[in-house]
Amino acid sequence: MSTAREVTDATFADEVLAAETPTMVDFWAPWCGPCRALSPILDQIAAEHPGRLDVVKVNVDENMETALTYQVTSLPAIFVFRNGEVVKRMTGAKGKPALEAELAEFIG
Amino acid sequence: MRHVIVIGSGPAGYTAAIYAARARLAPLVIASSVEFGGELMKTTEVENFPGFPDGIQGPDLMTNMQRQAERFGAEIVYDDVVRLELDGPVKRVHVGNGDVHEALSVIYATGSAYRMLGLDDEARLSGYGVSWCATCDGAFFRDKQVAVVGGGDSAMEEATFLTRFADTVHVIHRKDSLRASATMQERARANPKIRFHWNKQVAHIHGGDLVSGVGLVDTVDGTESSLDLSGVFIAIGADPRTHLVHGQLDLTAEGTIAVDGRSSRTNVPGVFAAGDVIDPTYKQAATAAGSGVVAALDAEHFLASLPEGLLAQAVQPAAETVAA
Repeated sequence: MSTAREVTDATFADEVLAAETPTMVDFWAPWCGPCRALSPILDQIAAEHPGRLDVVKVNVDENMETALTYQVTSLPAIFVFRNGEVVKRMTGAKGKPALEAELAEFIG
Repeated sequence: MRHVIVIGSGPAGYTAAIYAARARLAPLVIASSVEFGGELMKTTEVENFPGFPDGIQGPDLMTNMQRQAERFGAEIVYDDVVRLELDGPVKRVHVGNGDVHEALSVIYATGSAYRMLGLDDEARLSGYGVSWCATCDGAFFRDKQVAVVGGGDSAMEEATFLTRFADTVHVIHRKDSLRASATMQERARANPKIRFHWNKQVAHIHGGDLVSGVGLVDTVDGTESSLDLSGVFIAIGADPRTHLVHGQLDLTAEGTIAVDGRSSRTNVPGVFAAGDVIDPTYKQAATAAGSGVVAALDAEHFLASLPEGLLAQAVQPAAETVAA
């Protein structure tokens, strides 16, 4: 399972919207099998590019407000925020090479 | 080089790995990067896998199978196969990170992939209201109108599951009767939140950023109608994942890999196939597991027929591996 920091409805604005580094948000839930597969890959990508891209996770079971704000309708859902704006949005589990290609502008 | 490489990590792949590992064949399992564990990773409660009288969560069942295979010395690679060379005595399996794994035999257990409706906008709206996984996405449709397309067991399971959240679940089926098993049908028909739309085919999925509805055509009289919806869950079956072996292994008319009688032997010596990829009919976790057993035993038998010199080059089980 992912080792990324948990962000909640209460801390989302401070930890994601106000963050200086582009931040990848992993919307997940304990009952989502594909999320279990994806989360460790996101951790790996963030770890391989220190300072370029942070990764945090939002448990949608406990933080439905944030999920609904961003119209998440499918898990896993990955958003990248930069300066408080959504600059990238992906859904569904993908392999590491496909994710790296999608995230090229942040980690390239 | 390995004695055997198992491609796939559903019930067929892991069961083959458990048997091969216990037979001291030190199998390598190519489990896929994100779809490891197979279809059961997308299900919740599994009630019909023998040995679990109170049911078990699909992902937990698959984690158990993985641990059981590893306990006997199976090694697992979380990557995707991109190319296979199955000719000749040494098979080569190319994976996504560029590694090439060699083996004297291959067990191919890649299962099947969800079928799409084949409509414009279906792929664009996938993840934005169009879904193939009710257990993943159902919770986002609290008090909403959603549809399930299909009439089989998985369609009934998805529809019943979705009633936990949705206001109404519309089951859209192109015939006037269901293919689903009696138990699943009864459960769905008794649920007051499920409405059946018989003899209807989805002709369009509407939506800008998010799904807003579907256009339907009556399969009997051709009349058109529409439904306002927030979500469309597609459950119209799955196709065997055979793209890696096209031109290398014989297929059946149904598109599954052809095997010899009740065995797992394909037309290429040393290549065995198991699970949903050979099964157009039953497609159950328990039948896939049984099929994995067959493949491991067939592979073991095949390996026993190879010259000692060739076998000696293969990776032997680690000394600390649990003695079988």
